[in-house]
Amino acid sequence: MPMPRDPADLPKHGRRRPRAAHIVGQNIGLILAVTILFLSIVIFAGMFLVQQDRLPGSFEITSTVNNTMPLALAAIGQTIVVLTRGIDLSVGGVIDLTNALAAIFLPGSVLHMIIVSILIIVAGGLAGLVNGLIVGLGRLQPIVVTLATLSIFQGLAIRVLPQPGGSVPTGYTEFLVNTSGPTALLFLGLAALGWMVLRRSRLGVDLFAVGNDEPAAIALGVRAMRTKILAYTIGGMLYAVAGLFLAANATGGDATTGDDYTLTSIVAVVLGGVNLFGGRGSAVGAICGAFITTMIVNILFFAHINPLYQSFYEGLFLVIAVVFGGLIGRLVRRGS
Amino acid sequence: MNSPHAATAESVAVLGAQTVSKAFGGVQALRGASLVLGAGEVHGLVGENGAGKSTLIKVLGGRIAPDSGTVLLDGQPVRLSGPADSTRRGIGTVFQELTLLPWMSVAENLLIGREPRFPLGLIRRGALAGEAEAVLAGLGIHHIDPRALAAEVSLAERQIIEIARVIIRKPRILLLDEPTSSLVEREVEWLFARIRELRSQGTSIVFTSHRWNEITSIADRITIFRNGKEVGTYTAIDETEAITLMTGRRVEAMYPPLPSVPANAPPALAVSDASLGGAATFGFSLAAGEILGIGGLAGQGHRELFTGLFGAPPLKRGTIRVDGKPIRIARPSDAIRAGLGIALVPEDRKGEGLLLPLPVRDNLTLPILGRISTFGVIRGGEEARMSREMISRLKIRTPSAAQPVGTLSGGNQQKVLVGRWLLAESRILLLYDVTRGVDVATKHEICELIARLAQEGKAILFYSSDTEELAHLCHRVLVLRGGRVAAELTPPALTAEAIVSAAIRDADAA
Ligand SMILES: Nc1ncnc2c1ncn2[C@@H]1O[C@H](COP(=O)(O)OP(=O)(O)O)[C@@H](O)[C@H]1O
Ligand SMILES: [Mg+2]
Repeated sequence: MPMPRDPADLPKHGRRRPRAAHIVGQNIGLILAVTILFLSIVIFAGMFLVQQDRLPGSFEITSTVNNTMPLALAAIGQTIVVLTRGIDLSVGGVIDLTNALAAIFLPGSVLHMIIVSILIIVAGGLAGLVNGLIVGLGRLQPIVVTLATLSIFQGLAIRVLPQPGGSVPTGYTEFLVNTSGPTALLFLGLAALGWMVLRRSRLGVDLFAVGNDEPAAIALGVRAMRTKILAYTIGGMLYAVAGLFLAANATGGDATTGDDYTLTSIVAVVLGGVNLFGGRGSAVGAICGAFITTMIVNILFFAHINPLYQSFYEGLFLVIAVVFGGLIGRLVRRGS
Repeated sequence: MNSPHAATAESVAVLGAQTVSKAFGGVQALRGASLVLGAGEVHGLVGENGAGKSTLIKVLGGRIAPDSGTVLLDGQPVRLSGPADSTRRGIGTVFQELTLLPWMSVAENLLIGREPRFPLGLIRRGALAGEAEAVLAGLGIHHIDPRALAAEVSLAERQIIEIARVIIRKPRILLLDEPTSSLVEREVEWLFARIRELRSQGTSIVFTSHRWNEITSIADRITIFRNGKEVGTYTAIDETEAITLMTGRRVEAMYPPLPSVPANAPPALAVSDASLGGAATFGFSLAAGEILGIGGLAGQGHRELFTGLFGAPPLKRGTIRVDGKPIRIARPSDAIRAGLGIALVPEDRKGEGLLLPLPVRDNLTLPILGRISTFGVIRGGEEARMSREMISRLKIRTPSAAQPVGTLSGGNQQKVLVGRWLLAESRILLLYDVTRGVDVATKHEICELIARLAQEGKAILFYSSDTEELAHLCHRVLVLRGGRVAAELTPPALTAEAIVSAAIRDADAA
């Protein structure tokens, strides 16, 4: 026989931690990313001041923003894929391909440029769709699938543009990466807004649900396969936009210029506090992660580190960020 | 059990399974199983672990498609295309494995798919917690913080959220697969109050549990499963008969006869001035060959007593004597040296005690590795022999000693823990709720094992969340209340009712 019923049923009260404690605890990755970004900006500004006798001005800010745009966009795409507990190594290939397409097909009237840009974004989406379909329908490891498609997209890019070249109209460059001011921040604002909308949509909930626990999400009625396919597709579209920004920056195309973005987008995602095991993270974090990555390069430049060692230091910072982020996360959870 | 609902149950069937079969690889989980759920009834589903209960519930909940057979909804055959489909048709399911999303908040989990929205359909994230708070309060749940992550709340709280999430969708048919396995009594009572409420509103409910008292106190009809198929559906059946049907073996009685305690056996373990936090203290002594039960309302510090005697962590206060000599138990190694062994059911059946990925053998011999090693190298032959003997002595159901312990059923994992302490030559066994969540047949075996161990002269301190078990398996039961021994019960006064009423009296006085 059961033990007697407590007249009060379930407890009438329970411990409520202050709202701020929840917000801090649940966004510790983002908070850390913002802090690191702030510190890296301070360090950079300090080095700049020492060596140039002035603080970085409009020119430095504008070029930093413009240089970071492709990475920030690629990192947002990578975030959406990583949230579903996936990973996308084909980022570099998609950027190569869309960058090459842009350099060849963009020149023309304004209307022409708009249509071509849209088509290039669609092409990126198709590339992502291929990834998503193979991962989703084939139930294959994302890391293997996207490693294979990375090579395929790189190959296609070389076919499209065997030699660096082509051209991007000046008007197009000025529109995306205005050199006289950091207007590209507007596009980042738009991206952040898009993220906030996504976060509040059914798809957003599904992305997080699938990354949290796929079988559980399926039991809750989430269409996991569809969600993953969409994640890779949206990712591909964002890499395409990154490819367009890269072309605008360089005012031309190069079928290998995107290769680095496979690694750096993952670095930015980790620095931005997005959990590689899925289900936790934000695009705002990824944007911060992208800027941190750029600031690290800037700092290395001012520290007169041989550019050949750049990836060595990037890797080092990645390891530190992963270890440190994990430690902080654990401490916060213990303290709660 | 003979409630008025049982009569109507036969007439209107709202949900049924007809000769449903399902195989996973080589394992035939269901072999032509059928079930008829009547309108407005609570239908208890019982059977040993692996009998196919959960598989049937997954079929009815639209989570897996049967290989053959039909699901009938309101008498019509339906093909459930997925969990969303069955939810749409008014079937709400709490699956045995929880489906909470760990890194999302309680509120997000509770309201997933029906979040408060802005006019354009975007989710009002800021309003989630408030809405969840209100929804939970409507179900009598006030103690769970809706802003906490699901991973941050206790297992029982997760289970309650899971149940709440299904109930607030107002299903016509509610399927509950072992919803009480991680709940304590007051939480079970809360759930039963909700179930009765829903039944009175016409909801039809399937309920599975390994605790027989729960089944008899809530179910209008009981279907017994064995080996992937129903054995029969009953409106009244007693426990031993049910166990016989579940196992297919004749079981004389759930509880074995108790061996007598040798007269004036010296106390093996004596505890005095022990405190479980408050100012009150208590003491007791336990003789070799005796099974001493500890009873009382949940949350009275039973667990702290057991882990305290094992030094994990030590008791806040109290003197412990083993064989009359006072000893200090500051950590588990002190307890092991003094001849104490502990088996307790960890809250989530993982961690605490067993190394799940490691073989049964390694788990058994863990504390005695020093004894069976030469210069730090384990003598493999001896280790194999000892673990083989223990496996057959305790009837541990495992294909081999090399099987990872995590793949065994809960009851058999418990036996491995007990076996470990027997190998370590523990003379005092602290058994904390070892039959919790274990199917009745294995529970029966564990009870027999405990009686046999007492006969061999082990001193056994025993706690169970099942009062019936305390009353039948113990020579003596101490009912704790407010850190004091409120009653000491011995036969013939030792009955489940007496334990409960001692606890009620205490609760009223408190
Ligand atoms: N997903 C699965 N894969 C392989 N075997 C499974 C799976 N689900 C259940 N089984 C097997 O099917 C049988 C029935 O399991 P289950 O329905 O969970 O039983 P119960 O709920 O009655 O304990 C068991 O032998 C179990 O091991
Ligand atoms: Mg089950």
